[in-house]
Amino acid sequence: MSDLLTCSGIGKSFGGIQALAEVGFSITPGEIYGLIGPNGAGKTTLFNVLTGIYAPDRGSLVFAGAQLAGLKPHEIVRRGIARTFQNIRLFANISALENVMIGRHARTRAGLLGAILRNAATRTEEADSESRALALLDLVGLRERANDAAGNLAYGDQRRLEIARALATEPRLLALDEPAAGMNASETRGLRELLLEIRGRGITLLLIEHDMRLVMNLCDRLLVLDYGVTIAEGAPAAIQGDARVIEAYLGAPAEA
Amino acid sequence: MLACGQKAFAAGAIETLMDIFIQQLVNGITLGAVYAVVALGYTMVYGIIQLINFAHGELVMIGAMVAFTLIGVLTPLGVPALPAVLVATLCAMTACALLGYAMERLAYRPLRRAPRLAPLISAIGVSIILQHLALLVWSRNPLAFPQIVKTESFALAGATITNIQIGIIVISVAMMLGLAWLVYRTRLGIAMRATSQNAQMAALLGVDANQVIALTFIIGAALAAVAGVMVGSYYGIAHYTMGSALGLKAFCAAVLGGIGNIPGAMLGGVLLGLVEALGAGYIGDFTDNVFGSNYQDVFAFMVLILVLVFRPSGLLGERVGDRA
Repeated sequence: MSDLLTCSGIGKSFGGIQALAEVGFSITPGEIYGLIGPNGAGKTTLFNVLTGIYAPDRGSLVFAGAQLAGLKPHEIVRRGIARTFQNIRLFANISALENVMIGRHARTRAGLLGAILRNAATRTEEADSESRALALLDLVGLRERANDAAGNLAYGDQRRLEIARALATEPRLLALDEPAAGMNASETRGLRELLLEIRGRGITLLLIEHDMRLVMNLCDRLLVLDYGVTIAEGAPAAIQGDARVIEAYLGAPAEA
Repeated sequence: MLACGQKAFAAGAIETLMDIFIQQLVNGITLGAVYAVVALGYTMVYGIIQLINFAHGELVMIGAMVAFTLIGVLTPLGVPALPAVLVATLCAMTACALLGYAMERLAYRPLRRAPRLAPLISAIGVSIILQHLALLVWSRNPLAFPQIVKTESFALAGATITNIQIGIIVISVAMMLGLAWLVYRTRLGIAMRATSQNAQMAALLGVDANQVIALTFIIGAALAAVAGVMVGSYYGIAHYTMGSALGLKAFCAAVLGGIGNIPGAMLGGVLLGLVEALGAGYIGDFTDNVFGSNYQDVFAFMVLILVLVFRPSGLLGERVGDRA
């Protein structure tokens, strides 16, 4: 089976700081792929390169057979990559439902003329957008809060709303930046169920996460970054025993 | 007999005072409706890219000029008044929409990442260019509004209201309702609000920020064109300098309502129109005729200064911290 995403030789520097030196990996359709590493390893930078916020200095990103490097964020999301953020980035002043409906933007067309003319196509599209958005709120358990301003939702609810909004773009790959950050144990269990349910719908997941129990339980394969370099890749069990990974997290063993 | 006469006189004087007051209200609401429509253009652009488009007033002027010219061409051809005005207004809207788009594309988009002062100066430059282009095309003489719509007056609680005033108020309200609906109920409107809150996040959800910004300019410019036709037909003339004062006042209205806030621009416009009309109506009485109604223009800028000193976020504006 061909890969959904293949990254090779990705490099990105900011001034003198090399955030990503040489990163390569591929994700196969339907898997849950984890991205771990100490703080400052370049995980979020990799997400930013992947979603078009930064252009990579070198390397190639092939998604579903097409090159992504050089595309703008709104073009990449139309190709089928959606993401969430480590720090929540909802539109705080508008309703939960509208937050999800913005996600439909990538898949709808009506413009100024449609809005003025109110033709049948526009009306159908709007009704369809709303019903899909409501279904997604249902999926993440926020149907009851549809009309509340996103900023007024509880923290865990905001995290799930971000996921619903990303799903509204109909991604093939959903990239989640620390989705369990700040969640308690029962919220994390709920998140795990939700992520499995999303994978069950045929969506591939790429996950940055520090909660090692969640990562080890959920991910099919892991990539470990340190200082912008891949130091290990493989199944969770193999990663757990990898000497370089332990060193990156805990420091080098003292010389005897 | 004498006492009775005095009483009647006093009652008559109060009635006259009341009539003047109502008349100023009518005039103020008419003017305020136009300010509101123009203020919307400022506030929409500010809301989405934090730019004060000082050339917006010139779009009002160009709208009036184009429409007046076309009416002047169509009327001698025997086109009846209403279709002539309608066609002329639609052409003016199209011309201004194109101009608004060109403005954004050529003068502001290249400066999107520049320091904020750069696009502001560019806006002032665009304003000067448009004014002088208008001077070249239409000369320095005012264009008179062709007398094709007969002015009719109606009595309204002791004051008079003309058919033109009624038209201005009705059209303005309709356009504001239409815009509110567009912004709060449609796909494009959601994209506009999302882009103004966080452009990068909106892009990550598939919103093409450049397209949304261009459409914002186009909508604001089309509204400005209609405002130009309305204000031109209200005063009966159009002139290449008419945009600057009107634009500045509408800008004051947008600040009064809270710049970036759409209902705020509507409220600010109407309030400013009222302040101006009442101020001009009564300034003579209050200052023993030292200052006359020719000081009308002072009020808008007094309001601007008061707002900036006492409530910089405007009547309906959010605290600036919320935007960050």
